[in-house]
Formats: sequence, structure tokens, C-alpha cells
Amino acid sequence: MGMLRVPVFVSVIWFGGVCALAQSPTYGVGRTPSPEELRAWDISIGPTGQELPPGRGTTKDGAQIYRAKCAGCHGATGMGGSAPLLKSKAGPDVELWERGRILPLRSPYAVLVWDYINRAMPLNREGTLTADEVYALTAFLLNINGVIAEDEVMDAQTLPKVKMPIGDKYAALPDWKPRTPRLKGYPY
Amino acid sequence: MGSKRPARRDFLKSGAALAGGFTLGAAAPALGQAPPPQAPMIKGDKDQIPYGDRSKFVNSVRIAHGGRPSPDAFGLYFHIASPLQDSVGVITPSSLHFVGTTRGAYIPQIDPKEHRLLIHGLVERPLTFTMEDLKRLPSVTRLHFIECAGNRTSRRAKTVQESHGMTSCAEWTGVPLSLLLKECGVKSGAAWVVAEGSEEVKGASSFPLAKAMDDSFVAYGMNGEDLRPQQGFPLRLMVPGFEGIFHTKYLRRIKVTDRYYMNYNDFGHLDQDPKIAALEYQIGPKSVITFPSGGQQLPGKGFYEISGLAWSGGGAIRKVEVSTDGGKRWNLAEIKATPARMAHTRFGYKWNWDGQETELLSRCTDELGQQQPSRADVAKYWNKPLDASFNVPGLDNTIQPWKIASDGSVTNGNA
Repeated sequence: MGMLRVPVFVSVIWFGGVCALAQSPTYGVGRTPSPEELRAWDISIGPTGQELPPGRGTTKDGAQIYRAKCAGCHGATGMGGSAPLLKSKAGPDVELWERGRILPLRSPYAVLVWDYINRAMPLNREGTLTADEVYALTAFLLNINGVIAEDEVMDAQTLPKVKMPIGDKYAALPDWKPRTPRLKGYPY
Repeated sequence: MGSKRPARRDFLKSGAALAGGFTLGAAAPALGQAPPPQAPMIKGDKDQIPYGDRSKFVNSVRIAHGGRPSPDAFGLYFHIASPLQDSVGVITPSSLHFVGTTRGAYIPQIDPKEHRLLIHGLVERPLTFTMEDLKRLPSVTRLHFIECAGNRTSRRAKTVQESHGMTSCAEWTGVPLSLLLKECGVKSGAAWVVAEGSEEVKGASSFPLAKAMDDSFVAYGMNGEDLRPQQGFPLRLMVPGFEGIFHTKYLRRIKVTDRYYMNYNDFGHLDQDPKIAALEYQIGPKSVITFPSGGQQLPGKGFYEISGLAWSGGGAIRKVEVSTDGGKRWNLAEIKATPARMAHTRFGYKWNWDGQETELLSRCTDELGQQQPSRADVAKYWNKPLDASFNVPGLDNTIQPWKIASDGSVTNGNA
């Protein structure tokens, strides 16, 4: 048993080494980006909306932009176009999960609608919308799905506070651990 | 767990049968028969010096997956399936590797000299790396499969390319993500990362920091050369064993966050049932016989080596079993090389076909002891009737049956 002590002692030192590595760079390769660069690159908007840029928009503004830039593919009313539905064909009497995979309806966070439009729309002209336009389109899409009222202004403060109809009725993701089966009890 | 474990005695018996000698279906060439005529000799072609072509007699090709044209009328690529029926060994040639896209995609033509990878968020020191920077850092080279979550068998699939062609395996070279994250110094409270590509939709996927620190890496090399544009040139993320969509192409940014950021690709994973959500990260144990497979034709009874591929997101393949009688008996297959973790593993099984109608199946077990289920096992788990319309929730890793008719034709046993 005395033999065992040596490797245990060594491993403590080794873990200590890893901790030290985590605190300071080992290789010194790479460049520090400027704060402006970080702001320009960071288009990932999290659930709290902390990354949202300044700007504002309303359903009324959004309806106009939608007609000009979105309706061609998504249809005049968010339905009937060649691109994915933006409004459910089923009414609020139908259970939410049965109303289709409609982003501005089913999303757990209103900010995801903003992120999605800003990142990936319109097709072939991605990244051309201004922040105001994205806020306005987000307001319009939330409004036609009955999520917000027509007079609500969407900006970096109001958008993260919008209560989405899904509430917490969706599955949380499981913790992932290395070398672990993905689902206990599944027939393997 | 299946009850039909291969009995060692059965296995030995079949081995003895092999040792006892087969009656070969194909006749040996008669002595004295003339050798094949001399093939025409082709002069050296200067176009074949820089980058060689394969033989004009080899015509194994990829196909648009799921009946959707690729490219479409707008020039957008959609899913492209790999010809597994022709595959040998475990490496998919880069030109035949499957291609998945999030919503149809153009290929960004990225000048690697201009490309940057930014790592930021909950880190002490955000850093930007050029491709040159990344190639200076210590690298790893690993075999890994990538499989699209849409890779599911169906009644309509005629060939293994249609039923399973959205998986491929290559040798990937790059820098461990853990190394890059340590270089930036991960702050306490960090729990997730968001990875983003530079294609038009800036597709972004979120996954647990534990996976990022475990075995993920940013790859610039594939099968001994630079990544192909369809595979994310100049840089892609490898998240071994996770669904294909996490292997972000044209990787330009990694953001460390305190929580799950549901971004572009993640909305597709939103689900009502926590069990289905749990099945949508790590790919389960899966195998398929690639020869003989749907659409192929056996010339007659006699000896054939059954050949196939097995893989799992849970780690290395430990065991593959083959049934040549529709699942009544399972026999240990031979694993062809040391199985790598989260990589295609080639297996073979010596089979003497008696010319009778039958069904061939394979199933695998990975290092975690997870065994590939049948459709019946999965239907039972979900308490659903097993009929042709039963849709396997999450990624479909069920056993694929191939029917052998007495005329030697091979068809999909799920049809």
C-alpha cells in the first residue's frame, strides 16, 4: 500500500500544474481583439438579451419592412410562401406544440427571433438589416402570432422581457458527461 | 438487451464449417486458359501530375439525399449522401464524404489568409487566431465519423446510400479546443459554448463546455490535406460523436457562455420530451451491412464475406454481431482493425450462402456496453405499436435488415 502513495502525490502536483496552465497562456499565440472588434463579431444573443444593440421598432414599422423584404418568400401574412411559416395556420384554441414549428410562436425566448433574423435573413442579403429594422420585424412577427400588442415598442430592454406562450413547457437539456450513455434505460 | 447472445459453441461450429472447406460458387479458372488481353497503355498526361484522378472504370458517386435536388435551381447545395455500398476500409475519401447543410447553402470561398477564429465570452483573454497561428499549435490527428441526424432508414430507401449515406468517416487534424480555451483562460461560471460558422446563415450551435474540454477540436486537415470547401475549408469544428450539425463548418467564432444559448441551429433541437432531447446530442451505437446491401445482386450461392460499418457516439466499438437468418442466431463478426473512438469500424463475417431466401442483419455494442436496438426494441421503449409507420424518435440507430431473395437480389427488409 505504501507504493500507492507516490503516484497519488504526483497526481496532486499534476492537477496543480493544470490549474496553473488555466491561469496564464502557455503558447502566447493569437492576438487580443479590440472591444470594437468583439462588438462587431458578437451576434450571439443569449436568453437575457445582454448582447442586444441599441435600437427600437414597432409592429407598424415591421409590417412595412416585412412587405418589402420578407413577404416575397414568406407570404403576405407569414403564410403561403415558399419559405417556412411565420404564423401558425392553427388558432390559439389548438395546443401550442400542435401549431407547428413557428419560430416567433414556439421559441422559448423572444430574443431568439431577433438573433435569427439578424443572423440569417433575408436569404442572400443576410446581415443587411439595421438593428432598428430587426427590432421592427421581431415586433411584427410576435404581434401577428398574438404574443405582443400592436403598440408595444421592442428594444434592448423590452424584448428580453416578452413572455413567450411556451412558458417553461419544453424539455431542459440533460447534463452531458464524458463516457456516459445518452439516455438511461434506453434499449441498447 | 437482446436475449439472443451468440453462443460460443455456435461460433466455433461455424468456424469449423469454414475450416472444413466451402464449395465455391464461382468456378476456379481452368488451367491453360489465356490471361486477359493486354490493357491499352495510356501515355503520361501532364494534367495527372499535380492531382491524380481515379480509374475511369471506377464510378462510385455521391447522390442528392432524400429526393431533393442538390444543387437546386438557385445553386444551393442540399444534403448529399455517400456511396457506402462501394466503401472499403473505414476512411471515406474526401470527394465522397457526405455533405449536410442547415437550410441549403452556398459555399463561402474563404481565403485562408483572411480567415480568423475568435474565442471570447466568459474567458480571461479573448483571442483571435489566424490559420497560420493555429498551424503553429500542437495538433491532434484522429479518425472520426460525422453523421447527420437525418440519417434514418425508411421503407422507401432502396440502397444503403439512401438509408445510411449521411454518415462518413475521415482522418481529421487540428488543434484541441481545450488547448485554445485554456490559452484564453475559461472563467468560473462558464458552462456552454456557442460555435458559429461564416456561411451566409452564420449557423450557430451550442454544446456543453464539458464536451468542448473533453475531445472537441478545430480541424484544418482532412485525409492528409486541407479540408474541402464542402467540409468547411479552412476550419471546422469536430465534436466527436455528436450529431453532424454540431461540427460547425467555416468556423469563425467560439463564445463561452454561462448558459444554454439557443441560436440558429439549436431551435431545431427544441423538444417537449426530455427523453427525446437527451437522444439528440450523442449518437447511439449503429451499424449497417454495406455488402451485400439493397440494390446489389449476388451472382449465386457460395462464399461471400459480409462487410459493414459500425460506429457509436459513445466511444469505440467493442463487438459486432451478424445474423444470416433474420435474427434467430447472432454470430460474432470479425473487427477489421483496432476500433477508434467515435469512428467507423469495418467488420466482416464469413458466410456461405445456400441459395435460400433469407435476411441479413448486423448489430454492434460500444465501449459503454450500449447495444444497437431493433425497431421493435425502440417501439417497445416508447410504448408504440410496431408498424411500418413507426418513426424512431431522436436519431435512428436501429438495426437494418437486408432481404436476400433466392435469385440473389438484395432489398430493404424495412420495405
